[in-house]
Amino acid sequence: MAHGTTTAPSEDFVITPVRPGEEKGTWSSWIQDLFFTVDHKKLGLMYIAVGLFFFVIAGLMAAAIRIQLAIPNNDFLHPDVYNRFFTMHGTAMVFLVGMPIIFGFANYLVPIMIGARDMAFPRMNAFGFWITFFSGILLYMSYFTAPSLYNAGSAPDVGWFAYSPLTAKAFSTGHSTDYWTLSILMGGIGSVATSINIIVTTICMRCKGMTLGRMPLFVWTWLVVAFLVVIAIPPLSACQIMLTLDRYLGATFFDTQAGGSAILWQHFFWIFGHPEVYILILPGFAIMNEVIPVFSRKPIFGYPVMVGATVMIAFISLGVWAHHMFTVGMTSLGNSFFAISTMLVAVPTGIKLFNWIGTMYGGKIRFELPMMFSIGFLFQFLIAGLTGVMLAVAPFDWQLHDSYFVVAHFHYVLIGGLLYAIFAGIYHWYPKAFGRLMDKKLGLWHFWLFTIGFHLTFFPQHIAGFWGMPRRIYTYEAGRGWEEMNLISSVGVVFQAIGILLFVVNLLYSLKKGKVAGDDPWDAWTLEWATTSPPADYNFEKEPVVRSRRPLWDLKHPKDPDWKYE
Amino acid sequence: MLSAAEPERKFTDMFSPLSVPAEIIHDSAIVVSLICLAIFLVVVFMLCYVIFKFPSKGPEDDKKEPPQIYGSSQIELAWTVIPILITVVLILVTVRTIIDIQDREMPEDTVHVRIIGHQFWWEIHYLKPDGVDANGKTKWVTDFVTANELHIPVSSRENPRPTALQLESADVIHSYWVPQLNGKTDLIPNHTNRMWLEPLATGTYYGNCAEYCGTQHANMLIRVMVQTQEEFDKWAANQRKKPVDSTDPIAVAGHEVFYKYSCVSCHRIDGSPEPLAIFGPDLTHFASRRWLGSGVALNNTENLLSWMRDPHVLKPGVLMPNMQLSETEVEQVTAFLQTLK
Repeated sequence: MAHGTTTAPSEDFVITPVRPGEEKGTWSSWIQDLFFTVDHKKLGLMYIAVGLFFFVIAGLMAAAIRIQLAIPNNDFLHPDVYNRFFTMHGTAMVFLVGMPIIFGFANYLVPIMIGARDMAFPRMNAFGFWITFFSGILLYMSYFTAPSLYNAGSAPDVGWFAYSPLTAKAFSTGHSTDYWTLSILMGGIGSVATSINIIVTTICMRCKGMTLGRMPLFVWTWLVVAFLVVIAIPPLSACQIMLTLDRYLGATFFDTQAGGSAILWQHFFWIFGHPEVYILILPGFAIMNEVIPVFSRKPIFGYPVMVGATVMIAFISLGVWAHHMFTVGMTSLGNSFFAISTMLVAVPTGIKLFNWIGTMYGGKIRFELPMMFSIGFLFQFLIAGLTGVMLAVAPFDWQLHDSYFVVAHFHYVLIGGLLYAIFAGIYHWYPKAFGRLMDKKLGLWHFWLFTIGFHLTFFPQHIAGFWGMPRRIYTYEAGRGWEEMNLISSVGVVFQAIGILLFVVNLLYSLKKGKVAGDDPWDAWTLEWATTSPPADYNFEKEPVVRSRRPLWDLKHPKDPDWKYE
Repeated sequence: MLSAAEPERKFTDMFSPLSVPAEIIHDSAIVVSLICLAIFLVVVFMLCYVIFKFPSKGPEDDKKEPPQIYGSSQIELAWTVIPILITVVLILVTVRTIIDIQDREMPEDTVHVRIIGHQFWWEIHYLKPDGVDANGKTKWVTDFVTANELHIPVSSRENPRPTALQLESADVIHSYWVPQLNGKTDLIPNHTNRMWLEPLATGTYYGNCAEYCGTQHANMLIRVMVQTQEEFDKWAANQRKKPVDSTDPIAVAGHEVFYKYSCVSCHRIDGSPEPLAIFGPDLTHFASRRWLGSGVALNNTENLLSWMRDPHVLKPGVLMPNMQLSETEVEQVTAFLQTLK
């Protein structure tokens, strides 16, 4: 305990009642722990593990998609199989990879960063995890159990935003769409439960001295994200229920054959879907807010403005949904409104990017793995943000909408942005969770291979989009000028796949063989580094007391504490 | 009778526009792209500067922490105000362009065409005026029907001759996108959309359905034949005519097969302007079209024979079922269809 405010209790004082079958180290105790745990740290790791599991599955589907598109008129995948693959890839990546992993980080870190012993509602926390997990199982079960009618398909094949009326009974026979609907509905319940939990935890469980103005930015960002989830998920759940009513009880909300509105679905979906983009990327920002200062050896630049920008992004993101609908024939006034609101998001997002650069300016940057991925994040998210501005220009979007440019754009957001932040976060907090550092050499191979592969795959897709290639096509004609871009794109997958393989190997290898980390390997400043690695079930023996935004800085620099300046 | 629409424009680069609305989009796109590129270069420079200027110099150096700066109101104000100013410029460009394209009045001699999206082909009605309705607006009725290949006259800056498209859908959402002619607009059931084209050069333009619409979304291809006014008029006059009945015995037998099986339940062949329902492409002048299956293959004897044997070979998942024709019947129907010039 170099800098700890707490010390681990010595062996003599541990009195844990051991029930039969729960003896430490036995299979049965391990299984019981896995299924019955309500510990926020274990649930957090389980969320991340499940997310990574589905990441590998959905990633393999993407690899198959890229093989199919490597050359024109390829017949590696039947069109129906291809359509299921991109639907399952998108749905899984958003709902079963992105959401669980970010919730995993929040679960693990929010209580411990605010000096709490667990979430406010530990059992609801476990409920949230398990229902999310089972929603994933349900979605993938469609491959085995959905085809009930002759000629009906197996997995959902309506795209991840499932535009009506393609989902109506007339066009989607069998039960594949129902698996999609019910899985999303279930996952949504889990997300809302966990978010309510995070809000209550943040508001009620902060340790002594941890005012809102002293909360780590990670927690601040998560408070905002949790509110955004609670606002955005209900419209999604509502339209899933409406769709099910349409399909089985003769309602006609979206059924155009009976006078329903196809556009209504789009409004419902995107008023969820656009805040969802920020629900996914803000936790990436949250990780940046913690990693960049530690490895630049400076406090975050402009803390109050960072909080304000986060709230602004969340607020504006609730009023931009129809920029996904510039081509549905809105009036010029409607198109202008959503173009303007969308461009306004660029302002607070830009402030964040500049403040991270401000944090690095004048620092002593340590190029450890978390910082490498953070720098990757900054470059790639810059590109993603600027292509986002281009898409916000409605007339430009009339060309780019539903083209490969959009595919490139959101993969830069979600891989170049979110996934890089997740990698940074995993390399950063792995030593806290498991007590050992991840191997740096393997990590660097992962970083460079994955970065090369990522840009090879997705940069050419911008150009294919400029050249008129629409998304979601299972094949394309020869001679349209798209061959080279697609081939480069597919080659990039090889690099990405090796990178991910090395990452998984590193995760497992470092569990046993990694360098012992100690409590505070990065010389960081937030409360999670004040306890043991891994932390005890109760996180802190004594409730910590905080006097500034960087409690461990105060502890390490008693002559120059932060609280003098805040 | 194939009418020339040269050259082939297979490379659908949105930065090489050949139509008035596509040019307007292109101009604003260039402005926006350059602004974004400039921002990109500035921020990349800032990032590279801090990365290369402020690395830690090793464990010795790390013992002393750098000066702890918590923020700066002036600097933060600067990088809030400058982006706001840039955003205002972008907003002005955007709104101006939206109004310029969307709210433009179409001139008197505009060509009016109604396009109805189907899984996975395009139904095309050329319209003609038919008096005025109660509100004093011109009523438009179908002049003639065709499918998949849109023919329109070339326009010029001196004599604008735009084509106004009225977009509808019979089943799910589709989207009409020919990048060199205009951006895309969706075809939505129960909801009529409009867009306009004003091509400045002749040629066969390529495009794709741009909204995922089911199994064969990928092969719901678009072809627009932009022709000179004379060629267009000649083509239109031929489309209005009934096809001439062939005397070739094989074709006559094919005609019988066509009626004997349920081909007519979906496909229409005659000159009547208002059919009750169309489930498959109108075949009245099928042989005058260059492609089969909405662009999936060239309309030649070999491909047509293959299509008659089983359409799912060329276009797996197409809604036309395999009609289980005998080889003789396949040849007869093929011969018959090829007479529909």
